[in-house]
Amino acid sequence: MKKVEIDAKGMHYTPLNKMIREAVKNGAKEIILDNVIGQRFIADGLKGDVTIRINGVAGGDLGMFMNGPTCIVNGNCDHAPGNTMDGGTIVIHGSAGDAVAHSMRGGKLFVEKNIGYRGGIHMKQYEEDRRPALVVGGASHAFLGEYMAGGLIIVLGIGQENPVMDRGIGSGIHGGMIVIRGEVKDELLGVGARKMEFGEKELEMITPYVEEFCKHFDTEPSGLLDTNYTCIVPASTRPFAGKYTWE
Amino acid sequence: MCGIIGVIDRKRALMDGSSIRDALSLMNERGSGEGAGYAAYGIYPDFQDCYAIHVFFDNLVEPKSRVDHMLHKWGRIVHQEAIPTYEQDGLKRSHIPWRYFFKPYSDLMAGSTTPEDDVMKYIVMETNSNIQGALIFSSGKNMGVFKASGWPEDVANFYRIEDYKGYIWLAHNRYPTNTPGWWGGAHPFNLLDWAVVHNGEITSYGTNRRYVESNGYTCSMFTDTEVVAYLFDLLGRRHGLPEDVVVKALAPPFWDEIDNMPEKEQELNHAIRLTYGPALMNGPFAIVVATHEGIVGFTDRIKLRPLVIGENEDRLYISSEEAAIRVMDPEVQNIHMPRAGEPVIGRVIV
Repeated sequence: MKKVEIDAKGMHYTPLNKMIREAVKNGAKEIILDNVIGQRFIADGLKGDVTIRINGVAGGDLGMFMNGPTCIVNGNCDHAPGNTMDGGTIVIHGSAGDAVAHSMRGGKLFVEKNIGYRGGIHMKQYEEDRRPALVVGGASHAFLGEYMAGGLIIVLGIGQENPVMDRGIGSGIHGGMIVIRGEVKDELLGVGARKMEFGEKELEMITPYVEEFCKHFDTEPSGLLDTNYTCIVPASTRPFAGKYTWE
Repeated sequence: MCGIIGVIDRKRALMDGSSIRDALSLMNERGSGEGAGYAAYGIYPDFQDCYAIHVFFDNLVEPKSRVDHMLHKWGRIVHQEAIPTYEQDGLKRSHIPWRYFFKPYSDLMAGSTTPEDDVMKYIVMETNSNIQGALIFSSGKNMGVFKASGWPEDVANFYRIEDYKGYIWLAHNRYPTNTPGWWGGAHPFNLLDWAVVHNGEITSYGTNRRYVESNGYTCSMFTDTEVVAYLFDLLGRRHGLPEDVVVKALAPPFWDEIDNMPEKEQELNHAIRLTYGPALMNGPFAIVVATHEGIVGFTDRIKLRPLVIGENEDRLYISSEEAAIRVMDPEVQNIHMPRAGEPVIGRVIV
């Protein structure tokens, strides 16, 4: 197993990403990036079987279009990690900014703490085997799952009284599912979203994601594996039919 | 897309401009090299009773003699000089930055409770609308704005920003979208004690502009942010509203949220929305406003632009990106994101 270490201190993202690509091309299986501070586009469009450990604050669009690699961030992330990601895994030991998992098409994204606004905006899905998942340990701000077209969002609300306290959950949702720990007030649902009963079947569906979350962040899943969740799904496949046109 | 960052030291410990320059440069991606600028409070202790007037002159003949003439009529010029600048390869000099330290005569503005401020405001509006080749872009006491068209580090080095020491700093990196990039269109925007940096666009600009213009302000910078400085001056100084109420007027809660508030709060929010309807700002924005007493940061109600907060003892940081804060202060604590429309306020405590 070939390990490559890169000191990103003071480095612009272009040479940094060139070095990452070069390392992957040369067969690296583990890449460690130290002193990362806001460099954007890390691992974008990257393919292959490689684990990238990012020590510091990752800049915007981490893992955009990425397909395959695993990115582990020891720090917070700026906007849109997992943007249009195709496959692979992102694990964030911290919080992330707005538009996390923006248009994500595949793979898994785990955030230990909180996310900003519009998490999971326009996540997509292709049948059952190409289903992206965003798992948030803490809380989310408003417009979670906005215009969501597919995939799965889970907000575990660990240590939070209200995992989602802001408006517009699933605003414009027309595919996929949002699962939030505990009760969610009706007035927080966005246009086109409805609640569905969370039962044993749904619990079975989220269990592997919750277990994987707990494995990444070294916590115990037992307290999270019950049916005390709220499930939010599309009210229809075309929430805005008739809004801009009349049929 | 633009990059903003602001910092206050609540105990007025002074910071030179080098670290905010480095923080702003980290967000170069958020700009296009067509505008950057800095505002700092506490930089002119030797002239703290004077208005520090920063002007862009196209030449030092006609426009300057007209400004000199107006200032002599309205008060006394205590000192004046060219603002020291240093040529940068990446920055084209388009204007001559000049500064006056000025004391207005307070008996010339009848009926005003803040006559000196009103004289100063009158001079700014007159100059910017009627004197071709002169633009006053900074007019507060013991503070100053330094801006130009260029990248953050070039603009900072042009003014040698590290030579200034302030307890509040704002900085902005511009990516002009709807209006041209020019020196006067760079942020921060300032009037009197108010300085504003802004990421986003104010789509209600037409309504807001008509409102401030009907209250004696003239918009002359060809860009939306200018109106925010005038709204704060109108609501904050002339109407005497505290910062959090000004923010409530500019980015109010939605009606359905107001309906769910306790009765007294409902009444207050109704009154603000009905009184200050034309001050409501629509569109995506993240804004930081400063006065000599503190800074306030806030976003639009549905949070279409980023804003991150950090603290370290007496310091409060507000920025578009966490990494920029960490460039200024690697030991920063309590990084978090405020809720949409919620003002984050840092006040001086001494």
